[in-house]
Formats: sequence, C-alpha cells, structure tokens
Amino acid sequence: MSSTAGGSTPAITAEGLTKLYKSRSGEVRALDGLDLVVDEGTVLALLGPNGAGKTTTVRILATLLRPDAGRATVLGYDVVSDAQRLRRVIGLSGQYAAVDENLTGRENLWMFGRLYQVNSPTARARADELLDQFDLSDAGDRPVKTYSGGMRRRLDLASALIGHPRLLFLDEPTTGLDPRSRIGMWEVIRSLVRQGSTLLLTTQYLEEADALANTIAVVDAGKIIARGTADELKSSVGGERVEVVVHDPAQLGAALRLVSDCCLTEATVDEHTRRLTAPAAGGAQQLVAVIRALDDAGIVIDDVGLRRPTLDDVFLSLTGHAAEEREAEAAASEPVAAGRTA
Amino acid sequence: MTTVQEAPPQQGSALSDSLVVTWRNLKRIPRIPELAIFAILQSVMFVLLFAFVFGGAIPLPGGGNYREFLMPGIFAQTLAFAAATTAIGMTDDMAKGLIDRFRSLPMSRSAFLTGRTVSDVVYNLGILIVLMLSGLAVGWRVHEGLARFLAGVGLTLLFAYAMSWVGVWLGMLVPTVEVAQQVAFTAIFPLTFLSNAFVPLQTLPGWLQPVADWNPVSAITAALRELWGNPNPFVTNSFPSEHPILMTLIWTALFIAIFAPLGVRRYRATSR
Ligand SMILES: Nc1ncnc2c1ncn2[C@@H]1O[C@H](COP(=O)(O)OP(=O)(O)OP(=O)(O)O)[C@@H](O)[C@H]1O
Ligand SMILES: [Mg+2]
Repeated sequence: MSSTAGGSTPAITAEGLTKLYKSRSGEVRALDGLDLVVDEGTVLALLGPNGAGKTTTVRILATLLRPDAGRATVLGYDVVSDAQRLRRVIGLSGQYAAVDENLTGRENLWMFGRLYQVNSPTARARADELLDQFDLSDAGDRPVKTYSGGMRRRLDLASALIGHPRLLFLDEPTTGLDPRSRIGMWEVIRSLVRQGSTLLLTTQYLEEADALANTIAVVDAGKIIARGTADELKSSVGGERVEVVVHDPAQLGAALRLVSDCCLTEATVDEHTRRLTAPAAGGAQQLVAVIRALDDAGIVIDDVGLRRPTLDDVFLSLTGHAAEEREAEAAASEPVAAGRTA
Repeated sequence: MTTVQEAPPQQGSALSDSLVVTWRNLKRIPRIPELAIFAILQSVMFVLLFAFVFGGAIPLPGGGNYREFLMPGIFAQTLAFAAATTAIGMTDDMAKGLIDRFRSLPMSRSAFLTGRTVSDVVYNLGILIVLMLSGLAVGWRVHEGLARFLAGVGLTLLFAYAMSWVGVWLGMLVPTVEVAQQVAFTAIFPLTFLSNAFVPLQTLPGWLQPVADWNPVSAITAALRELWGNPNPFVTNSFPSEHPILMTLIWTALFIAIFAPLGVRRYRATSR
C-alpha cells in the first residue's frame, strides 16, 4: 500500500493508522492499522457498518484527531506535523451538520470564509455564490435554526467549500436526507468531482458508493477489508445468478430440484419469498434452460431473472453481518424485486 | 471552479480571527434575548433581595449604608458568573460539533477561545451597566470621581475576563450544557458567599475569615469599595484586606496565566 508507483502522487496516503479510545468501560480499538491510498482527482467511498471507524478515519485525515500509531499525508502534508498548512487546502463536512444555528446561512458562510483567511468582500461574494449553488438563496438571511435538516446539510457542505478546497472530506453526506434531497446532494457532489476535486466520502449506503465513487474501500472493525471499483467488488463474490420466484409454495420442492439440475449446483431457497437462487455460469442461456424446464414441469413462476451480485452481497459476504438491518433502519428503501436487476 | 480568484491562504491572524469569533458570539445575544434577560433579572433579584430582605439585618462594623456596601458585592458576584456563561457557551459549541468545524479551519489556534472570552466581556459589560442602574435606583452611589469610577469598571471587566478563561477550560471538560451549568454554579455560589460580598468578613466564624479574606471575589469586592468610596469595613491586618486592588490584579493574572494555556491545550487536543 505504500507504493506510489503509477504516475501521479496520491492525494491521500495512510499507513497503519491506529486509534484507541479509552473510556470507563475499557478501550475501543476504533482503527486497527488502516491503510489507504486515494489518487488526486478521484472519489473514494469508505463504506462500512456502524462503528467501523469511518468517522475516526476522516477525523484523523482532517487533522481533528491524532492517530495513536501510523502516519498519514494529505496533499503532501503530514496530518500531524503539518496540520495547520493542511487545513488551508481541505474542506470538511462532518457526520453532523456543524453550522451556527443562531447565525443566518449567509453569516455562517461569511464567517467560515473569513476564518479560512479569505478577505471580507471575497467571502461575501463566495457566500452569495454558494447560497445560489445550493439552492439556499431564499433562506440565506434566515437564522439556521429555522432550516430543515436537508437545508442544514447543504449549508454545511457549502461551508466546507467556502475556501475552494482541493480535497474534500464528506462524512455521510446524505444520511437523514429524503430520497429527493439525496439525489440533489449527489448532483452537487458529482458537479464538484467534474470540477476536479478529490473527494473522500463515507457512507453506509451501498448504492451511494456505487453512484458516486471511482473506488470503494470497505471498512470493518478499523481496517480496510476490500478495495476496488464497484464492478471489481461485485465480481469478487462470484458471477451472475439466476433467480426464480415460484407462485405456488407447494411447487417449491419440485422447482428446487429442477433449478439445481439445470445449474449443476444446489440452489438456495428462501421459503418466505418463495425465491430460488443458483449460480448461472452459462448466463442467459442458463436462464432460458431454467425457464424451459420449469415451464415443461408446469410450475408457475411469478418472476425470473438473471442477477448480478449487488454491493449488498459484497458487503454481507465481506463484513459477515447483516447489512439488511442497517439498511432497514437507515431508509425505507423499496423492497428489492428479485429478478428485475438484470 | 468560479470566477473568484484563488487567494493563497495566509497565516491565520490571531487578531482578525478573534474579531470574527467575537462578532459571531455577539450576534447571537440579540437572537436569544432570553439568556441576557434572565441573567440580568437574576442579578437584579439579588439586589432587591439583599437590599430589602437581608439588608436591615446586617449591621456594618463602623457604620455605613448597607446598600452602598452591597452593590460592589453584587457586581463581583455577577461577574464571577462570567465563568458559567463562558463554560456554557463552550460546552454548547462542543456538543453541537461546531468546535470541529472551527478546528478544521486554518485559523489561529487561540482565536476561538480569545473571541469567546472577549465577547463574554462585552456581554458582561452590558449586564454590569444594567446592574449599576438598578444599584443607583436603590441608593448606591460612587463618591470618588470619574477616574476612579472607570478604574473600578475596568478592574471588574478584567476580573470577568479572567473568570471567562476558567469557564473556557471548564466548558471543555464537561459533556453537556446541563453539566456545565451545574458544575459552574456549584463552584461559583460558595465562592461568592464565602466572601465579603454580602456580609462583612467580621461576621464570619473565625476559621472561615482567612478563607474569605483570600477569596478572589473578596478582593475585587473590596477593591471596588475602596475605589468608589463605598463602605469597606476590614479589621484583619492581612495583606489581601489592605491591598485589594493589587490582590485583584494578582488573582486575575494568575487565573489567566493558568487557565488560558490549559484551555488552549485542551482546545487543540479535544476530540469529541
Ligand atoms: N469519542 C469516543 N470515545 C470512545 N469511543 C469512541 C469515540 N468515538 C468513536 N468511538 C468508537 O470507535 C469506533 C469507531 O467509531 P466511528 O465513529 O469511527 O465509526 P463510524 O464508522 O463512523 O460509525 P457510524 O457509521 O455509526 O458513524 C466505534 O466503536 C465507536 O464506539
Ligand atoms: Mg461515523
């Protein structure tokens, strides 16, 4: 991980980051030798369950926390010894919106701009520009305590951008946003990326990592346990599968036998949803064979399809604990329709 | 990204950064007027309670008007609570995660705290003015002329500033605003009552007298009485009683010298 071969110098390098939190009930090893490289101009998503160490990583890289062991450089600055110089070129939007409730949106931006060492007229102009860009112009002169959660979140991101940072840390930028605001936030983030910012974002949402990031690093228990593009991660858990939803529960046993025969592997069954899943090494041809066999046997099917592993599968197989629980509590996302994801 | 030119970020200037933070803290006073209103009401209540309820029962050795004796004590007490005001403000910023944003900015490392303590002095000056007006209403007067009056005001604000640095440090130690409030009040109430603020030292039990005598609240109270010509009974031939102004300066210098570095260190290391 320490090699920087391959042209451009990485925007972020972290080696063996370790962080222990001491509390009354003992020690928590929040980071346990985390290594990370992020290339300039790319987007890296840190994906991981609650407590994985995402926020801790971001806080160390953004100079808010000292690692107990290991070292990290961001844009060439050491996060500990060169912290003050580093702060001039990064922007941070933390997990919880950190804006002053008693100031207006415009005042917040002006203040953070000034503290970013931008002169007053420039800070004012930049505040106007950002309010506009983040669709907050109308609310710009209202105290932030009257803002909705989504508006605060946008203002927080705007605050992080006030000094034109070369590198941006976004800790769970869309948590707590409704689906529409989330898509809006994605648009904003994408436009930042188009303008060439390097971005490190954390998320618990798999589809968010998929939608925004060039590279995904899966964190669990303070370590990076996998890294790659979404496609690479998906193929790491195996190829396509065929999925069948049988109409009549009584036919499930017969269907299981047929599908297993077709695919030359024991299919897995979910009795509750009447869904059968089996690896489809032959791709579409295999799918046709399965449909034909079931049809010949007179088994009625509700749904059938070829499905690539989702990041959910990756996440589950890598972190080994239930991503569904988190997903369920995190958002009322629509139930996955089996077979539809071709 | 925009038409605004990329100004090379400069070294964070301690002065201008502190002013921005001061501006921010002062902005919020009129936006949460309840805070200032109740702080003032609380002090006015003390004026009235002591002037009308206890005043008659507390004779001054060597005579003198109790209300004239009382007001410097009230000022000292109110400004000792500057520590609580500051602590609560700090804890609030910590709990809301705002401190993280400030710490992630390329600003002077002490500006956030300097701005906080300076704005709290401005706030306390406002409260002091209202209190002085209510003091005038109950019969308190200044007898030694403008220069000594202003010297007294300056000393009071210096004392408040020093207490604010205690509050800065305290505010970063505790987890929530409620705890900050509890801790500050638990510490400051005895400090103000174990002093000459409301009763002459002579009325305290013998073993308490030296404690009260060396209390910084007693020092500032006696200093104000001396500067303004208000009754200032003292018997002990002790250093603090005889040099209250010097003693106040020593206490404030000591507080700032101890708590400002402690606060800045804590601010840098804070990791919540
Ligand atoms: N200030 C702290 N004191 C004690 N333990 C902490 C502290 N901050 C974090 N931890 C612990 O460190 C571990 C990593 O926390 P971290 O906040 O980095 O996780 P995360 O991946 O951001 O989780 P989430 O998705 O819930 O935000 C957790 O076990 C957490 O309980
Ligand atoms: Mg987190």
